Amino acid sequence: MIISIASGKGGTGKTTIATNLAASLDSGTQILDCDVEEPNAHLFLNPLLDKTEIITIPVPEVNKDKCSLCGKCAEICQFKAITVIAKTVLTFHELCHSCGGCMEVCPEDAITEVGRELGTLQTGHRDNLKFADGKLKVGEAMAPPLIKKVRSCADPDRTVIIDAPPGTSCPVITAMDNTDFVLLVTEPTPFGLHDLKLAVGAVKILGIPAGLVINRSDMGDDKVHEYAESAGLPILMEIPFDRKIAEAYSRGQLLVDAMPEFKKNFIKLYKRIAQIVNA
Amino acid sequence: MKELIVISGKGGTGKTSLMAAFASLSGNKVLCDADVDAADLHLIMSPAVREQHDFQSGRSAVINKDKCTECGLCRDLCRFDAISETYEVNSIACEGCGVCVHFCPEKAIDFPLNTCGQWFKSDTRFGPMVHARLGIAEENSGKLVSLVRKEARSLAMEKGLDLLITDGPPGVGCPVIASIGGASAVLIVTEPTVSGKHDMQRVVQLANFFKVPAMVCVNKFDLNPDVTREIEDFAEQNGLKIMGRIPFDPVFTKAMVNGQTVIEYDDSSQPAKKVKEIWKRILQNID
Repeated sequence: MIISIASGKGGTGKTTIATNLAASLDSGTQILDCDVEEPNAHLFLNPLLDKTEIITIPVPEVNKDKCSLCGKCAEICQFKAITVIAKTVLTFHELCHSCGGCMEVCPEDAITEVGRELGTLQTGHRDNLKFADGKLKVGEAMAPPLIKKVRSCADPDRTVIIDAPPGTSCPVITAMDNTDFVLLVTEPTPFGLHDLKLAVGAVKILGIPAGLVINRSDMGDDKVHEYAESAGLPILMEIPFDRKIAEAYSRGQLLVDAMPEFKKNFIKLYKRIAQIVNA
Repeated sequence: MKELIVISGKGGTGKTSLMAAFASLSGNKVLCDADVDAADLHLIMSPAVREQHDFQSGRSAVINKDKCTECGLCRDLCRFDAISETYEVNSIACEGCGVCVHFCPEKAIDFPLNTCGQWFKSDTRFGPMVHARLGIAEENSGKLVSLVRKEARSLAMEKGLDLLITDGPPGVGCPVIASIGGASAVLIVTEPTVSGKHDMQRVVQLANFFKVPAMVCVNKFDLNPDVTREIEDFAEQNGLKIMGRIPFDPVFTKAMVNGQTVIEYDDSSQPAKKVKEIWKRILQNID
């Protein structure tokens, strides 16, 4: 089973839920941190890293001796990543989406592909918990291909927990697509509610069952609770605001280490998700 | 014209609440919400929309079943696994590269433009605002960010206003890169947590990469005074200007629930006072 943890709004507690859920399940679990722009799960889990791999995507390289400057590559490219100006072909690798169109269309076989670095993929473990995360190179815009790489580490024999990025566009869709359940984490504030509705819209497009965790559940107003009820979104867990929780988080401590009584709540949360998925 | 972008790296550090408070403290400016993915500023600003425009960007492949002979070439060429065995295009997986369109021997694939969202010019009680809504699960957020920034700039020019305050997105990827390029300065709003610090360091690298001067303020500083100090030390060592500290206070949430800025909600609260000091310092430091 693959559970993705998402939110719409940032800072609602996705990573807290993902890391503590992963740490509470005894064995056979894996966590994939797909928030490759700002991966944080490692700060709380301190995994032992076995491997760091540089992730690249294929981009075109033009053999100038073979190129006849026909311009077909520039014509097919939707991303303005290759162009012919006067008597040269210019490539803009940072704009390339790696579709391979230019290489396919070139009548002179003048284009080959080289790797362009997107970031790194780290894999490791914390006791029995398997760990992987992606880290986008700073200055790099293209998160989805790296997120796909992190997703490809998913172990089919384990319960996989995905920490997704915030928002509702391509990075979070890539992180949630083809998962068995989306656990949405929100806070009961106008911002939390507004972005939750967007996230629910995205989950509906993907056709994945979802449930809700309300974090700092006593801090704002009742509108998230009312919305969840009217939208038929089951509230699977509520965590009231507690300065002790916020302080433990600030130090990089897992909630289930700082306040072990929470472990049973996370196990219960997992069981409720499994019930919904298996129903 | 000066353009300040409020960013954070980590989400939920208080960017939008602070940016809204700055809006209520300054005259002569245009507001811009560049967090087009999950735009929230309008929940405080209650903008009256004056103009609405569709945002079109990118294309998607659509297979015309009457012409398709199911030869399989498109499925072989597609690198995004976007075409199913029954020759349906999965619009979420489709990258809009057009390779299938070009090579289809039957010319059976259409390639229409996507409408990915809307953008707006509005009036608020604090002045004009340019904002947008990216369609759910849509792409090209970076292009929409560039568009709202451009429109905000020309609106400021037209109205003779000399300051732009922009609410930026979280992260360090495509929409953030589109938000900060060419800005006068960024204000990084962070929080004293291991993740706040980690993410702030990455966004500082990003600002350096694009040569945009960065200023820092620490929100909820009292949740962990040690990490606050570490953040400020890091800022100092990296030549960033430190704008100040704001205490953790539920008054921000209360103001948000009321649809107000913290200045409007309780002008005499400690956070409101700190925000005013910080805003004054920002204005002195933005070139």
